[in-house]
Amino acid sequence: MFAFIIRRIIQAIFVMLIISLVGFMIQHNIGDPIRDLVGERVTPAEREVIRDQLGLNDPFYTQYFRFVIKACKGDLGLSFFYKKPALEVIASKAPATIELVIVTALILIVVSIPAGIYAAIYPKSWFSRIVMAASTVGVAIPVFLTAIALIYLFAVELNWLPSYGRGETVNLWGWESGFFTWDGLKHLVLPSASLSSIMLPLFIRLVRAEMMEVLETEYIKFAWAKGLHRQRVWYVHAFKNTLLPVITVFGVQLGILFAFTILTETVFNWHGMGFMFLEAVERSDTSLLVAYLVVVGVIFVVVNTVVDIVYGFVNPMVRIAGTK
Amino acid sequence: MNHLLEVKDLEVKFALRFGGLTAIDGVSFTLDKRERLGIVGESGAGKSVTGFAIINLLSKPGYISAGKILFEGRELNRLSEEEMRKIRGNRISMIFQDPMMTLNPVLTISTQMVETVLAHKNVSKADALDLSLEKLKKVYIPSPEKRLSQYPHECSGGMRQRIVVAIALLTNPSLIIADEPSTALDVTIQAGIMDLLLELCETGDMGLILITHDLAVVSQVTEKIAVMYAGKIVEAGSTDAVIHDPKHPYTQGLIKALPGSLQPGSRLYQIPGMMPTLTDIPQGCSFHPRCTISDTVCQNEVPPLISVSNHDRMVACHMVK
Amino acid sequence: MKAWNRFKSSYLLYSFKRDPLAILSFSVLSVLVVICILAPVLTPYNTYDTATFDIMDAETPPAWMEDGSKSFILGTDIQGRDLLSTMIYGLRVSLLIGVGAVLLQSFVGILVGLFSGYLGGKLDSFLMRITDIQFSIPYLIVAIFTSAIFKLAFGVGRYAELAVPLLIIIIGVSHWPIYARTVRASVLGEKNKEYVEAARVIGISRWQIMFRHVLPNTLTPVLVISTIQVAEAVMSEAALSFLGLGMPVTKPSLGSLIRSGFEYIFSGSWWITLFPGVLLVIFILVILLLGDWLRDVLNPKLYKG
Repeated sequence: MFAFIIRRIIQAIFVMLIISLVGFMIQHNIGDPIRDLVGERVTPAEREVIRDQLGLNDPFYTQYFRFVIKACKGDLGLSFFYKKPALEVIASKAPATIELVIVTALILIVVSIPAGIYAAIYPKSWFSRIVMAASTVGVAIPVFLTAIALIYLFAVELNWLPSYGRGETVNLWGWESGFFTWDGLKHLVLPSASLSSIMLPLFIRLVRAEMMEVLETEYIKFAWAKGLHRQRVWYVHAFKNTLLPVITVFGVQLGILFAFTILTETVFNWHGMGFMFLEAVERSDTSLLVAYLVVVGVIFVVVNTVVDIVYGFVNPMVRIAGTK
Repeated sequence: MNHLLEVKDLEVKFALRFGGLTAIDGVSFTLDKRERLGIVGESGAGKSVTGFAIINLLSKPGYISAGKILFEGRELNRLSEEEMRKIRGNRISMIFQDPMMTLNPVLTISTQMVETVLAHKNVSKADALDLSLEKLKKVYIPSPEKRLSQYPHECSGGMRQRIVVAIALLTNPSLIIADEPSTALDVTIQAGIMDLLLELCETGDMGLILITHDLAVVSQVTEKIAVMYAGKIVEAGSTDAVIHDPKHPYTQGLIKALPGSLQPGSRLYQIPGMMPTLTDIPQGCSFHPRCTISDTVCQNEVPPLISVSNHDRMVACHMVK
Repeated sequence: MKAWNRFKSSYLLYSFKRDPLAILSFSVLSVLVVICILAPVLTPYNTYDTATFDIMDAETPPAWMEDGSKSFILGTDIQGRDLLSTMIYGLRVSLLIGVGAVLLQSFVGILVGLFSGYLGGKLDSFLMRITDIQFSIPYLIVAIFTSAIFKLAFGVGRYAELAVPLLIIIIGVSHWPIYARTVRASVLGEKNKEYVEAARVIGISRWQIMFRHVLPNTLTPVLVISTIQVAEAVMSEAALSFLGLGMPVTKPSLGSLIRSGFEYIFSGSWWITLFPGVLLVIFILVILLLGDWLRDVLNPKLYKG
């Protein structure tokens, strides 16, 4: 088991290095760090001096190495627009996105698992057919359209829910949280509903497919032959086996959700990391962009690794065999 | 006379989109307490379906279209789902073929044993654990306490099958249905499991239905035998008698095909042709296309299962009197 | 003529005729494609020509509503352009980019898959490593990051000018892994068949075998994937345009239209968002349905998307 964990961690570090390389190449070739620092009105001669001072004429590897070291210390450059360290800007925007992702994940779990299981146990029921048809159509509807539709329905027409911003937030040791006020929570509803709509069809289908496959196995038949109660067969025998592949997919998708916030945050004027990313593009803020890439990449890798390790604990077969 | 199990004219059909298929066509037999019956035949003959039909666990498009199944006097096919649940795993236990597939890979042995007890008896978890240990010992599993906390894949094939047998014994059932219990195991382990089943039946007051295609195993364990072909019983009687003096041409072919019945160096015997699939069952006697002694009557009339001689033997063949 | 006859009696056509959903999807798609191709002829207005519209007409509601005007059937957008015409041109651009991107991705993906699968060894491991890494990131994310980088590199103005080819490249580059994987799997399967061995024995060169013998046999899955990939490409383009990373407002695609309409949804001009949105969904849906049908007919085990 221990070997398994170490191996996964080494893999993770390797991928993170690749991400940092890509980030560095972008920063190296695009954007002008001189301008970022001192503005436009500098003569070419002065530029050369500054370039030397900043070490911009050093060989590629030296610069890359410097980049990685600085990154590990938390220095991902300066944001041109905000005039603050990029990481600091990201950190200030992160709580908004993290809270959004948490609520979305909860929605996904709470909706897709029961729906998928029900659709697997009673595949011919009205509910199942509607759910399956809806997920087929749902794949064709881009998330921003869903978001707009939700806004139009709930905010403009019915006026039940707010359509932009985070609402009232409470500051807990530097973390701006929307969880602690009614207003903040209300503001979380539509954005997380939209974000979850990207993955809901996928998850419902996945849970349903896995459950259906499990229900056909010999050990489920044996469970019936033992005369166990229905609830026990479905929720103990079948469920645990269904859950295993679902957990892995869920983990991967969680990392991806972070990236998809780019699409939803704009619609709702939600000042999180995704919103910041688009602003950075508009403002040609290269450092911030690269910092975002690195941060999201790292989040993605870390989440994947953690999920793999958790899966190793949950699935007894992996535990004993050592590797999978 | 009150039999433990009485199956009368059982018919099982599979409802498919283009019509129905008959998997079991009028099967009848009885089993008394402590009796051991073997149901023998090739794959597809309907043996496993018979077993599942008894406890009403047929896979989806399958259903019992006619007949009666009486267990301890009660009509099983008329019971509600909940009443049937109380019988499954409790009064009638079933053992499946491949123990690796039968045990749930993500639950411990103890979970899978304790839950069976708790599903049928109102006892404490500790009592259920004790009972599980007792049964594990009964099937000669070494260090049973260790086994309880293990997962199925941590045990060998033979051990797993013994555990499955132990699970079957937990509630002291009156009848065990064993569906090809040793087919997935090594020959040596096979012998061990069969010995175990024999011993348990003799000491435990239980009836046994052994479903298998292996004549050797059947002769070792059972007292009565029913030979099935294409959904019907073609010969029935005491195991010894049927094996040493088969009367139905199909049974004769089966016995002849056993390697042991031949001289060393001679060619293995094979019954010509193949058993028909459910969609292609011939008219009249379903065996007639492969039969060496068939006549015109065999092509047109289905032979009834009737007694011949007076040794409790039943044969379904026009040519046997 | 022979090929047409073969097609007429093929299983494909047979099951097509018996599947109402396939027929419906195909008809709708054909109509839309024809409209796109004939756009300059069909549309009441040429929306790229700034002389034809007037900002004073902006935000006119659809003809059947109060304040609507007969000359603008579905109303106008925020710049005063006729919505119907703009939508058609927008669909046309989306379709162009979609097909272009798919051609690019299939080209790249097929080459990678072919070389990787047939030549094997270190090349295979290397290419597959790259494919897997890119495959684990959703297409859209790669597209968004790539377009952001391009936008930074080219600057807003040049980016807008070169939007169509740039988008084709961006989407092509983000979506190729699926082709590589699929083709490689097919090639691995074909590699061991006897006709390949026979060809080798005769002495045909590796390249000839790869391109003239193995490749044609791997094209069925490619066809299935391609339909679905066109839908994906169109969706990606719409998303990119919506985010401001795609088609500019002067030459809008459906995504850009929706973007511009969105800001006006609160002031009540819902039609600017709704009609392009509906058209987009219908378009994508029929392509997906056709793709699903095609996959089921050709080989159900294939593309689990």
